Amino acid sequence: MGFENNDKAKRYWSENIRLVLSLLAIWAVVSFGCGILLVDVLNEVHFMGFKLGFWFAQQGSMYVFVALIFVYAAKANALDKKYNVQED
Amino acid sequence: MDVQTLTYVIVGLSFALYIGIAIWSRAGSTKEFYVAGGGVHPVVNGMATAADWMSAASFISLAGIVSFTGYDGSVYLMGWTGGYVLLALCMAPYLRKFGKFTVPDFVGERYYSQAARTVAVICAIFICFTYIAGQMRGVGVVFSRFLEVDVDTGVYIGMAVVFFYAVLGGMKGITYTQVAQYCVLIFAFMVPAIFLSVMMTGHVVPQIGFGAELLDAAGNNSGVYLLEKLNNVSAELGFAPYTDGSKSTIDVFCITGALMVGTAGLPHVIVRFFTVPKVKDARISAGWALVFISIMYTTVPALAAFSRVNMIETINGPDAKGVAYESAPNWIKSWEKTGLIKWDDKNGDGKIYYSSGKIEDPASKNEMKIDNDIIVLATPEIANLPAWVIALVAAGGLAAALSTSAGLLLVISTSVSHDLLKKNLMPNISDKRELMYARVAAGVGIVIAGYFGVNPPGFVAAVVAFAFGLAASSLFPAIIMGIFSKTMNKEGAIAGMLTGLLFTAGYIIYFKFVDPTGNVAANWFLGISPEGIGMVGMVINFAVAALVSRVTAATPLHVQEMVESIRFPKGSGEASEH
Repeated sequence: MGFENNDKAKRYWSENIRLVLSLLAIWAVVSFGCGILLVDVLNEVHFMGFKLGFWFAQQGSMYVFVALIFVYAAKANALDKKYNVQED
Repeated sequence: MDVQTLTYVIVGLSFALYIGIAIWSRAGSTKEFYVAGGGVHPVVNGMATAADWMSAASFISLAGIVSFTGYDGSVYLMGWTGGYVLLALCMAPYLRKFGKFTVPDFVGERYYSQAARTVAVICAIFICFTYIAGQMRGVGVVFSRFLEVDVDTGVYIGMAVVFFYAVLGGMKGITYTQVAQYCVLIFAFMVPAIFLSVMMTGHVVPQIGFGAELLDAAGNNSGVYLLEKLNNVSAELGFAPYTDGSKSTIDVFCITGALMVGTAGLPHVIVRFFTVPKVKDARISAGWALVFISIMYTTVPALAAFSRVNMIETINGPDAKGVAYESAPNWIKSWEKTGLIKWDDKNGDGKIYYSSGKIEDPASKNEMKIDNDIIVLATPEIANLPAWVIALVAAGGLAAALSTSAGLLLVISTSVSHDLLKKNLMPNISDKRELMYARVAAGVGIVIAGYFGVNPPGFVAAVVAFAFGLAASSLFPAIIMGIFSKTMNKEGAIAGMLTGLLFTAGYIIYFKFVDPTGNVAANWFLGISPEGIGMVGMVINFAVAALVSRVTAATPLHVQEMVESIRFPKGSGEASEH
């Protein structure tokens, strides 16, 4: 086993789940939220020549997706180090 | 040099490059053949994944679809990129730690069951063939228009090239060839988009030009924004406003969801994350893949908007009344020959005219039928770009089709040689024999794909909904539960996969094949189209699996331990048999 004890293994996993869920919440808000469910409301706002809802659907959501993965990779690697379960 | 010669030269050079790379990097073992030896750098892997992912459909059709449907096209943009977030956060690192070759490998071992493995193999093979049929049509379209050979010859040439490097090189050859193909296809896609952006808005970056003001004839800001202009033109011609779309919110929601989840469940994408050396690399590699994909996917809607304005102005003329056929630009006539543009002079004034409504409908003033597929391919001609740009786009379309076909063929051959033969029917074959069977399976796969290319089934577009729906409703939930639930057992997983699969397949078959005329919103379940039903199938899969697993035997201890061990990176070896 990679962990010093069971307690650490549990804490590692729950921290990891919390990280994943919070990033997935942002993922859902920019795409399903801003790009779809709230699109009509946000379209009242103008942003750099776009209606904001339309911008989220065809541009903004994708930029956020890319950022989310890099943030996840950095945080997950840091979490591995914290619990000393990174690869050799 | 004329366009034709230039096209031959550029396409020929790109093919020579792919074959050269294949010879340099051919595979010597099953491990090199299946997962490129597991030693691919994450950025390289990300680029290859992007080329694998961006198919002929993305390159040739996507901008066209967005161009004709406006906001509705967003489902593809968000769906086909958002899935990578799920892949990176919920799947790639764990599957890499698991350390086997294929998706059925994971499903079979996690659910300690040959039946589960077999269901996964069937899904994987079906999804891949569905996809390949579309690729070969793309190859045919490009060859028939730009090289003016007939479609069949074009498909044979394409088959021969893919055969050469997929069969010889396996994943190793494919990965390095795909890096070259990514460069060719992204260059070919960006050049016309940048040209158009500069011509129409004065901005070099298409993503910025997309939201900018149009330039007038003298090159000054006209005060009219591109998207505003599109909405105005759409209203004049009787289309829905470009930035609003016409699908219901629930349908847009479900289609986007099904495409995202389906993307994360596609075997040829998942297998990519087995090829990197470490768990850490699998995480970041998904990020790089999405960077390379997003370069194109954020340009797509910009190009779509530019070409739509351009196309309407070219056809309807400055007075918006139509242009005399004799003085119409050449691209209209050359695409008419391929059947992808049709003109019917309904009012007999000798002018071409485009508006909303079907060309067959006598009440509509529309005289043009324009296929989605030509928007990207014809854009350089519509905008009068130099001949080398046209040649480049042809090479880019071929690169997109070939790279995706090769990736899919590899999954088919792996599924046959590894999952069916080695793990099911003949467990004692040697590495060398297995490698031979993998190559034979890839060869047979190419012949079948070629058959679809020469005799394209009319249902290609319909079956794409199938591929994503099935991936979303069968493989994705099984993998997610396999990682995040230690108590999910084989009964639950198999029951979930089968109900999700049957529900989704049944719904799609009913509306696409049994009763196509009834395929309208009023008849749909909750107003969800067959394209979006995979989302419901996925929910059913999760629900059934959870219920069944509660009333059946618990997961064996060694499997629970395996699940625990894939949840952290330490101790990940290279991808291996044992």
